[in-house]
Amino acid sequence: MHQLWLIPALPFAGFLINGIFGRRLKKPVVNAVAIGSVLLAFFWVVNTLLSLGSLEQPYVERYFSWIASGTLNIGFDFAVDRLSAVMLLVVTGIGTLIHVYSIGYMSHEGGYYRFFACMNLFMFFMLTLVLGANYLVLFVGWEGVGLCSYLLIGFYFLKQSATNAGIKAFVVNRIGDFGFSLAMFLIFIQFGSLDFQQVFAKAAGFSPEKGVGMITFICLLLLLGATGKSAQVPLYVWLPDAMEGPTPVSALIHAATMVTAGVYMVARSAALFKLAPVALDVVAYVGLITAVLAATIGLAQNDIKKVFAYSTVSQLGYMFLGLGCGAFSAGIFHVMTHAFFKALLFLGAGSVIHALSGEQDLRQMGGLRTKIPVTFTVLLCASVAIAGVPPFSGFYSKDAILVAAYGKAPWMYWVGVITAGMTAFYVFRALFMCFFGEYRGHAHPHESPLVMTAPLGILALLSLGGGFINIPEFLEPVFGTLHEVHDQSLVYISVAAGLLGIGLSYLFYVLKPGLADSLADTLGGVYRLVLNKYYVDEAYQAAVVDPLVDGSRTVLWRGIDAGLIDGVVNGTGASARGIGGVLRHLQSGYIRRYAAWVLVGSILVIVAVSFTGGLK
Amino acid sequence: MTLLELVLLIPAAGFLVALLLPKGNPKLVRNFALAVSLVVFLLSLGLIGAVTADPQHMQFERSIQWMQSPAIRYHIGVDGLSLWLVILSTLLTPICILVSWNSIQKNVSLFYAFMLLLLAGVVGVFVSLDLFLFYVFWEISLVPMYFLIGIWGHDKRIYAAVKFFLYTMAGSVLMLGAIIWLYVKSGSFDIPFILDSLGKGRLTLGASEGLWLFLAFFLAFAIKVPLFPLHTWLPDAHGEAPTAGSVMLASVMLKLGTYGIVRICLPLFPDAAKASANWIVVLALIGIVYGALVAMVQPNMKRLVAYSSVSHLGFVVLGIFSFNHFGMDGAVYQMLNHGVSTGALFILVGFLYERRHSLEIVDYGGVATVAPWLTILFVITSLASIGLPLLNNFVGEFLVLQGAAVANFPWAIVAALGVILSAVYMLWLVQRTFYGATPAAVKSHFTDLSPREWAIIVPLVALMLWMGVGSGSFLPAVRSSNDQTLNLVLKSTYARQSSPPAELVGRVTRPDLKESADAR
Repeated sequence: MHQLWLIPALPFAGFLINGIFGRRLKKPVVNAVAIGSVLLAFFWVVNTLLSLGSLEQPYVERYFSWIASGTLNIGFDFAVDRLSAVMLLVVTGIGTLIHVYSIGYMSHEGGYYRFFACMNLFMFFMLTLVLGANYLVLFVGWEGVGLCSYLLIGFYFLKQSATNAGIKAFVVNRIGDFGFSLAMFLIFIQFGSLDFQQVFAKAAGFSPEKGVGMITFICLLLLLGATGKSAQVPLYVWLPDAMEGPTPVSALIHAATMVTAGVYMVARSAALFKLAPVALDVVAYVGLITAVLAATIGLAQNDIKKVFAYSTVSQLGYMFLGLGCGAFSAGIFHVMTHAFFKALLFLGAGSVIHALSGEQDLRQMGGLRTKIPVTFTVLLCASVAIAGVPPFSGFYSKDAILVAAYGKAPWMYWVGVITAGMTAFYVFRALFMCFFGEYRGHAHPHESPLVMTAPLGILALLSLGGGFINIPEFLEPVFGTLHEVHDQSLVYISVAAGLLGIGLSYLFYVLKPGLADSLADTLGGVYRLVLNKYYVDEAYQAAVVDPLVDGSRTVLWRGIDAGLIDGVVNGTGASARGIGGVLRHLQSGYIRRYAAWVLVGSILVIVAVSFTGGLK
Repeated sequence: MTLLELVLLIPAAGFLVALLLPKGNPKLVRNFALAVSLVVFLLSLGLIGAVTADPQHMQFERSIQWMQSPAIRYHIGVDGLSLWLVILSTLLTPICILVSWNSIQKNVSLFYAFMLLLLAGVVGVFVSLDLFLFYVFWEISLVPMYFLIGIWGHDKRIYAAVKFFLYTMAGSVLMLGAIIWLYVKSGSFDIPFILDSLGKGRLTLGASEGLWLFLAFFLAFAIKVPLFPLHTWLPDAHGEAPTAGSVMLASVMLKLGTYGIVRICLPLFPDAAKASANWIVVLALIGIVYGALVAMVQPNMKRLVAYSSVSHLGFVVLGIFSFNHFGMDGAVYQMLNHGVSTGALFILVGFLYERRHSLEIVDYGGVATVAPWLTILFVITSLASIGLPLLNNFVGEFLVLQGAAVANFPWAIVAALGVILSAVYMLWLVQRTFYGATPAAVKSHFTDLSPREWAIIVPLVALMLWMGVGSGSFLPAVRSSNDQTLNLVLKSTYARQSSPPAELVGRVTRPDLKESADAR
């Protein structure tokens, strides 16, 4: 036994200690518990992985039977294979860095212990998600991270916008979970188990000649789940609002780890998706549409965190594109590199916000290059990484995805390349607006303390050099060999797109700062459409939320419940008064009506139903 | 006297003693009632060992001739189906007594006497193996609840109490008719005996006769559940009842309905149950979605939780009428889960009410700032209620939905919508009550939990976790009991008279029946 359970149990212990006693503990103790537990979990992951060796086969530990009924017996089981190994290292590694950073960032906030308790709880659920050896244990983590996301988005619970965003995140995710749980029911019906090994073994022996309709349906439902958690079209709307949470939360949960859970889940289910080419196509389309849509919105945002939020949505779209093209390992590769540079972008943004005492509007920044040079340097590292400049990390993973896309359909590659150009443009736009030109705000910028800049430094090194970790090769035992189109020109073109984006951004925001505004004026309607995120939120509100709430209130509650049912109760009672002689010595008024109605109604129902049923 | 009889009779005796205790000493009555209910709870824990060792057979069975003619037997017993429901009742009674500790100031001894009578009534329903005895306890349980609402309720309490009473009475009358009909046909009220007669072919019911009888029972139970559209008594009853009344009503009394369906409707009338399954499931599905949607727009907390119960109990009915192991086990587990988590919700709403003296959600806001622990416990309970994994409701909902999916996949699709909506109404309630700025009216009224309140809520929250992670402690007993019922429903066709009875007995393996017949 390698005691895998210790990995999530450590942060859970941290959660319990800080959650129950945190109010009375001193800050250093809270810090030690929170960071210590996550750091220990990281060490335990490293220790376990080292002792497990090459890990070409999954290693499983079974603890106890969780739910048993009929032929169903779901164990609380954990497993590690190379896929979960990558995720474990990313989650605990990045998690530790962000926890350390949070000491500095949250030092002046109320509810300090509550913040760390929730962060530790998040680590617990995320690690459970990754370690789960069957769909249901994965689902435990899946719902659990959603809960922590809800709690942390709504961390500033005095602000209504924050608690609204929390509810929105939870409910939209629940719509995804609706799909995920239906998929689980069908997996159990189809394969007789929810255990990964058993399901995938049976899937491997499945002959497609028998028809893949059911498998396709299962995969599409799984995809619905993934679009919720990983903020894909049509369920991406919660993620930009999630930026209401503290910035370290945005970095850890809404950029580096939780939102990649959908990618992980689809990759984990690769054996099913490989049987359902139609579902894979849909994954690719969803990813591509999301990537483009979010990138265009990112072009026009002025809140630094919103820029990076849409960037996250867009990059997650890239990962889905990779998955949909059958390049599962490329998708996971991008999960890792994205975790490095996007965590860095958010933490860097947090450092800027911290320096400016809470300012998030890019139009109130500018010229900060010299005032907070460390923050500038690390953000530059992250930006070149995400822009796909070789040889930095984003270049390798994005390239792997784009090449796979070309193998599936050249037009997908070209759309991906254009998106890469846009990505480079908006990230550098944020960088230039923040650090170049004249300072336009009124705060007194100051560099962040070492406890914040040290994690930034480590993430910067990872963002620059993380691409040299050859994840696709490492994952070959899980997904098989990646069949790539080896055409160097594809690489040159995508790099050129990135550089072009950077160049245009430099032109618009450094060389000729007025140019962007005049372009926005000329584009007019299109610009407003993008600025307002295509009015998707408004459309959902008008088409779904309002009708549901108003309809429930006026039609269901006041209409059917109070009006129809209770009305019939009273009405039938009145007309039954004549024949209700027996009931007359009951108390007067509506009481009698109820009695009469319920009796008469009951008898009528019985008669009616027994006739219809009796005829069968 | 068996342990089960003690569990049944001590509260009944306690009821009488409580009435006789001096009226001027509320403290004495409270302590007495608490002591009695705690003793009963501890005794009921003693039932666990024997029942879990052999959940398919009735344990602690006792059968005495009560009346010669008509032949009514005092026949009680407990098996895997009723065990946890009995314990749920005995657990919640002391909790409800503690809940009422300070809030009940009027007619104190009568109140606690009724609490004990209510306990005796519901335990009696869960352990009765004689139809007439079942009916007697069914009616007994109605009386204290009627008075709990009518005497100690809120402003519209009389209206709510009478509505509750008449709705339930109407169902009861039909049930009584069916019971008498069965007696006339079979010469007995004894459930195992009637089952045995049916199995051996001594008693046969025509197809339409079976359907009528099934419907008469089912309607009585469906009103209690309550199944859409027979639910409109519930929001009124909950909205007006005192906290303890709401808790016992939601946690225990609604289960009398679902329990009755499993204990009586299915085994006695399997064919009628199967023939009626489709429209019953449709009503359950409507209830799941409709209850959730109406809960979402309630301005009153207790009414919100009441409508959420309509939704949750829809899951139970759906699970039962899916007629497979997953659905049935999930349904019975969900009865217990709902008892724990909705009971806790009503208790927490009661804590809020005792501070702010309002049930209207708009009167709250920002409670988290002034009462953080109350907030945390409310949030945990809400999460249990919306089916978060590792908490209790998830296990039940998962099994029910899996069962529905196996029976007919579109059912699972509709029911799963209820899972989405539950998050909407609960989180919205939490937001409006606990988050945001704290109005002065809230700030001046609020303190965090008192030791008494901690003692009330901690056992329930601990149970939510235990039942969510360790379903293995509870489910096996339920499972074996359900196996039997399902076996009967799925394989039995004893209403179809084309098959010779002897062959039927061979096909249906009911060792318990043979043994109990021999014992007699």
